[in-house]
Amino acid sequence: MPSKASFGLKAATGFALLFLHFPILVIVLYAFTTEEASFTFPPPGLTTRWITAIGEREDFWRALALSLQVAAIATLLAIVLGTLIALATYRRQFFGRDTISLLVVLPIALPGIVTGIALRSSLSLFDVDLTVWTIIVGHATFCIVTVYNNVVARLRRMSGSLVEASMDLGATSFQTFRHVVLPNIATSLLAGGMLAFALSFDEIIVTTFTAGSDDTLPIWIFNQINRPRDRPVTNVAAIVVILITLVPIYLAYRLTQDTRE
Amino acid sequence: MSLQMTEGGRPSAVRLEQVSRHFGTVHALDAISLEIADGEFFSMLGPSGSGKTTCLRLIAGFEQPTSGAIYLHNRDVVGVPPFDRDVNTVFQDYALFPHMTVGENIAYGLMIKKVPKAERERRVQEMLELVRLPGVAKRKPSQLSGGQRQRVALARALINQPSVLLLDEPLGALDLKLRQEMQIELKAIQQRVGITFIYVTHDQEEALTMSDRIAVFNQGQIEQVGSPAEIYEAPATSFVAGFVGTSNILRGELAQHFMGSPEPFAVRPEKIRICPVDASVPAGTCAVTGKIRDVVYLGVHTRYLVELEGGTDVTVIQQNVQETSQSVLVNKGQRVMLMWDKVFNHRLSVRVEV
Amino acid sequence: MALVSQPAQTPLSPRNPVSRLRAVLALWGRYLWQNRRALLYRHPNIALVLLLLLPMLWMIVIYLGSISAMLVQSFFSVDDFTGSVVPRLTTRAYIELFTPSHLDIVARTAGMAAAVTITCAVMAFPLAYYMARYATPRIRGLMYLAVMIPLWSSFLVRVYAWKLILADEGIITWFLNAVGLGGVLDAILGLPLIGGRTLSFSFLGMFLVFVYIWLPYMILPIHAALERVPKSYIEASSDLGAKPGYTFRRVILPLAFPGVVAGSIFTFSLTLGDFIVPSIIGNSSFFIGRAIQSHYGTSGNIPLAAALTLVPIVIMAVYLLMAKRLGAFDAL
Repeated sequence: MPSKASFGLKAATGFALLFLHFPILVIVLYAFTTEEASFTFPPPGLTTRWITAIGEREDFWRALALSLQVAAIATLLAIVLGTLIALATYRRQFFGRDTISLLVVLPIALPGIVTGIALRSSLSLFDVDLTVWTIIVGHATFCIVTVYNNVVARLRRMSGSLVEASMDLGATSFQTFRHVVLPNIATSLLAGGMLAFALSFDEIIVTTFTAGSDDTLPIWIFNQINRPRDRPVTNVAAIVVILITLVPIYLAYRLTQDTRE
Repeated sequence: MSLQMTEGGRPSAVRLEQVSRHFGTVHALDAISLEIADGEFFSMLGPSGSGKTTCLRLIAGFEQPTSGAIYLHNRDVVGVPPFDRDVNTVFQDYALFPHMTVGENIAYGLMIKKVPKAERERRVQEMLELVRLPGVAKRKPSQLSGGQRQRVALARALINQPSVLLLDEPLGALDLKLRQEMQIELKAIQQRVGITFIYVTHDQEEALTMSDRIAVFNQGQIEQVGSPAEIYEAPATSFVAGFVGTSNILRGELAQHFMGSPEPFAVRPEKIRICPVDASVPAGTCAVTGKIRDVVYLGVHTRYLVELEGGTDVTVIQQNVQETSQSVLVNKGQRVMLMWDKVFNHRLSVRVEV
Repeated sequence: MALVSQPAQTPLSPRNPVSRLRAVLALWGRYLWQNRRALLYRHPNIALVLLLLLPMLWMIVIYLGSISAMLVQSFFSVDDFTGSVVPRLTTRAYIELFTPSHLDIVARTAGMAAAVTITCAVMAFPLAYYMARYATPRIRGLMYLAVMIPLWSSFLVRVYAWKLILADEGIITWFLNAVGLGGVLDAILGLPLIGGRTLSFSFLGMFLVFVYIWLPYMILPIHAALERVPKSYIEASSDLGAKPGYTFRRVILPLAFPGVVAGSIFTFSLTLGDFIVPSIIGNSSFFIGRAIQSHYGTSGNIPLAAALTLVPIVIMAVYLLMAKRLGAFDAL
């Protein structure tokens, strides 16, 4: 078996990696162009004035704040619900267990537009107003699965005798959860939560249908894209989004690496 | 409620009455009854799947019996969860909490009972000295060796001063030398602390070394309960005879000749002497001729496989008091006479109600 | 702490049924309270139900309930005069679904999804293969991160990036002109189906963006499947005399195939339902997602939007069934 890859394979791999990452670089580049109406390449000049320009855009900051708020609350909900399901299903086989796993995955397995239209139809059927909470509920629903997957995997790796040992030493189920199980799953809980945060922060498809007059950041960017005014400001906003989502992703990655001994 | 005593007159620590544990059609335990006295070192011995671990788990409370009664100090504990039983367990994989230090692990039971911090720390130090592991309180379990972890698990269980300590094959993962050391230590600790130890193992040598009494399990039933000497010298069934040490089981014509009926009987290999074919047979001695088929030199003793005239194989073990490997190996193929005292013959039954 | 046994049957003297009920409840309450420590342990099924109560209520009411609401509304009718949705049952929405214009939309979307899936598989495989077989553990970790980052970073931003790249005055045009291939681009844009006014308003442009966006979803399952091929299989194959190409075709590829199918589930499903890419990059013709959005938003034709939403669900259900037959779920 050859231990070195052929040149063709390496070239194909390198090309694919480049293909994956170079568009982001383009975004960064265009955040500094002086040309504000079109996407001329190469950029006629470079400037940093868009970074200050975005500081004055109130609507951007409102949208950013809303996105952060929605993501935080949706993540919290997802953590609670996802952990509850994980605790129930990780060990014992019971009637309906596979159905529950399927149900948890469904919101993210079906195309986003299905979830969006479904939520919207029930909201209009029951005459519910579209508020920040309708956005949060939608987000939490499909974020549950990221927490669930992480926590369930960790729980299955946890040795069963730990729970028995704790009970043997006098701890009830609640005390065992608090002192033994929770510390063990803490990192996976956080990792799942981080991923849920990134997922929620970036979400647009379902949000379009569950948001009323409130704009989350992706919705703001989407509206901006189709407007030719102050184009580079959109790019600065895009960079902000990239940075904000990168942090939790990286943290989640580190958290899951550390426990994988 | 009268205080029920065991036969020895000591109070009863654990009593099982007709306890069964069924998993669907699988009978892990079948109507077993057992009584363990206070302060005993009691072993449950048997091959894997014999039900001994299930029995332990029933006493600990991790599983509930399908039928039957379990008493801890004459108190009915069926349905009582493990955290409400005055029993602690040392697990086979030690089950030390990985996110806590050694000290926190040991103090866990006390922490749950809300024992104040100063007293907790004092008792942890006491325990560490008892198991001869001073100074590791601040380390994490992952930083300890297998033998050290095992002692921490023991300390963690003992600190709660349970009336009964359950040990589930705790020495299984250790190498031979360490295992033998730990066996002696465990016995010493048990005698010092004075509580009942219930010990599960598949290693019959271990059971013989440490126990006051042994229960031999097989396929969900108890074949025999007795002291190590009783189990070894007077096995009640052919299973016990074969499982505890090696045994020769003779039946048919030989049985008829020596015992008066063709039912099987057992005789231990070390009780048999190898003598020249023409030696005289004293009274009260069984004698039979055969040919040495195989010789295995084992340092301390030599194991011979002798084929008797009727075709039966008999194992004979003789200590190499004056022999060397050269001198014993030369015996292969020789015709010899085997002799042993009649008193060492033991009648066997398939299963005996204990 | 002794276990308190069940309350014995005491003669209930109060003849009033209400106070009798209260007495019974009080006895049971006391039993539950005194045995509260043991109860959850002795009845693990109750603990199970308690754990699942909140999340299942959420999922069933909010998610399944919404999908049912959508289904129900697909059978409603639109009042011809007021344009509002009336709860009068009809199958009109479904009948409208089978008109040529709608079938066109479905075919167009499915075709795009298929093209994107195949291209993603072809592009992803070498990278996944390299990661699984040739990369050292450190490099593999880095490559894994390199694939995960675009996967998790903003979807919208990445689509937007391509709008910049594909623009008439953007990088691609500049690059092709610089190397003298400007004419080629014009020729391609002139092609009937995939071409368009500019790259950023053509099917070709959309196709490129879809491939870019979904590529990580294809890489990860293929990599997982390839990692699961034991080295010993490959060694056995060459030991028995097979050339590397043959080993690849007959041993590695079939074993990695479930991973390809798993990845294709993502790429196909995501393309079917998307409306963002067609909005930003596409031309005036409709794809399923865009059509649903337009029926819902602009014309308020909820029944038709709901009916049309069922199309991707049905297509994916069929696809998933076929994928299960091909063993894709072992690769997930």
